[in-house]
Amino acid sequence: MNAPDGKPGKPRSPASSEKARRARRVFMRSTGLAAAVLGISLSGYLPIVGGRALRLRPPGALDEADFLASCIKCGQCVQVCPVGAIRLGDIDDGFGIGTPYIDARAQACDFSCDVAQCILACPTGALTYHKPPFLPVRAGMALSSPPTLKAGAQVPGAILNLKERVGLARLAHPGRCLAVQGKGFTGPARGNAFKGKMRYLDVDRWKPIPLRDHPYERALCDLCVTECPIADAIAMESFAGEGGERHFRPVVREQCVGCGVCEMVCPVEPAAMTIEARAMWRRVEQ
Amino acid sequence: MSRHTDQFLEMLGAAPKKPMEISDEARQITAFKYHDNARFIQEQLQAQAEAASAPSHKWRNWRWATLVAVNLFFVLSYRLDIQLLEGALTASRFAGFHLIDLNAALQVMLAHKHIVINLLIGTLTVFLLWVMLGGRTFCSWVCPYHLFSELAEKAHLALARRGLVTDHAFHRGARTVFWALFALLALATGYTVFETLSPTGILSRALIYGPGLALGWVFLLLVFEVFWSRRAWCRYICPIGLTYGVVGSVSPLRVSFRLEPCLHEGDCRKVCLVPHVLDVTIKGRAAEANTALGPDCTRCGLCVDVCKNGALRYEIKGIS
Repeated sequence: MNAPDGKPGKPRSPASSEKARRARRVFMRSTGLAAAVLGISLSGYLPIVGGRALRLRPPGALDEADFLASCIKCGQCVQVCPVGAIRLGDIDDGFGIGTPYIDARAQACDFSCDVAQCILACPTGALTYHKPPFLPVRAGMALSSPPTLKAGAQVPGAILNLKERVGLARLAHPGRCLAVQGKGFTGPARGNAFKGKMRYLDVDRWKPIPLRDHPYERALCDLCVTECPIADAIAMESFAGEGGERHFRPVVREQCVGCGVCEMVCPVEPAAMTIEARAMWRRVEQ
Repeated sequence: MSRHTDQFLEMLGAAPKKPMEISDEARQITAFKYHDNARFIQEQLQAQAEAASAPSHKWRNWRWATLVAVNLFFVLSYRLDIQLLEGALTASRFAGFHLIDLNAALQVMLAHKHIVINLLIGTLTVFLLWVMLGGRTFCSWVCPYHLFSELAEKAHLALARRGLVTDHAFHRGARTVFWALFALLALATGYTVFETLSPTGILSRALIYGPGLALGWVFLLLVFEVFWSRRAWCRYICPIGLTYGVVGSVSPLRVSFRLEPCLHEGDCRKVCLVPHVLDVTIKGRAAEANTALGPDCTRCGLCVDVCKNGALRYEIKGIS
């Protein structure tokens, strides 16, 4: 790079050989810098290949690899979310730094914005209603029809134009489920210290309120079913027990988009109902 | 090759060249200046003493105020829910209009290989904005890392004066290599690799959305700059600077150098982040009476502040 300035044809003076030595040192040092910076930047791969950061992405997110490629890490989705469900990845997410995710147990997306504001805010199409044609839809991710918001029941045609899910709810621990145990539930869903919010149509159509300000009283716990913002995504089904007695359990249906409200409201600790990020639809053992 | 091309190559890492020929006007000015050499040296000493006794920080203060105001605007817009400037420095919306950082846009376009219309609109808007405002003006007037780095530089220089640290320079061409490497990595891996390290993005998000572990990386960079290499990130690594530098090469707003009042004390080169753009201020290097500094200049104004003779000043091509 930095060629010594020694003029051709002349014997090298001590000064010019010193100059050459310095140039060589700078070159070696610069090569070292390049190697170091390259190494550090590629370490961003580790959390990705390790699958350590299996994040639930906001609605409308492209498949993970495409999502990470297209997200510009600006957080505009964070700013428009009325319930503050969206958080940004940190440097331990590697290439996922600054990308939005949802920790559903702490604060799920309840679609209280009615239109998925995060999708509308996204400048690069990492969150989108209209996937570009060259990106294939993974089997099991497609929703058979656009999900209807329960909140939109009064407003005809209030559908979310989502074509794919971002995850899938699952009754991961049936043994813990209050409904399965035949138990009811009374009180705030997650206790009085819980900060999560939700929009309740009967309280305020526009403004989400903390869960702790909205206690429940249920003879048979069915919070995951009644609080689910999407029509036909989950239902309480009855089944016969060994002795022929009637039992109940929540069953997730194909319209589930993976918003995580069921996980957030599940009153047992840890939750019986969980969201599996990026999981495909399957007719489960449930 | 034209001076414009030379300046562009210097930005990419080439060593500054001595001019092949010097215009008659410049030659006359030089001859006149050294006509009375004793007086010239006297004036030079006087100017140096004046600069040391009454330093001006006019442009630096304006610049710091602007930098803080822009970043604060982002923070307050979100925290107070004003919704006037939404997003972070990588991408935002001002009163609804998309603004996308040029380097972030480039990384996303290369990684994703698909450009949605909003991305294109925001990128073009910002491109035009910085064509008007001078390319690397972004670095010194907006980038939050620049401010922290300037403070680290002060610490570095203070330690260097006491002989506790020495500046380990790298080859300036390294930044060009990094620019190409990060572009290739985005293209090949499909990840916006550079964003993982970008202290600009990290700091902007930390200010707006709250601090995180990533600040540790920024801290390490600053420590490296204080103890090992002066302004290493901005000088030798940051591809954002080069991206905006390219934009600045067609910008009418720049700092220009007038040969006539210059006393060649060299104070401007000592304060400059990119001293190669001030090579023209060395005795005998100016080919013209008035020379616009190269595209790598961040228009920070430190040289304008330090120059007591008015040889360096802001200029808008075609207006000033």
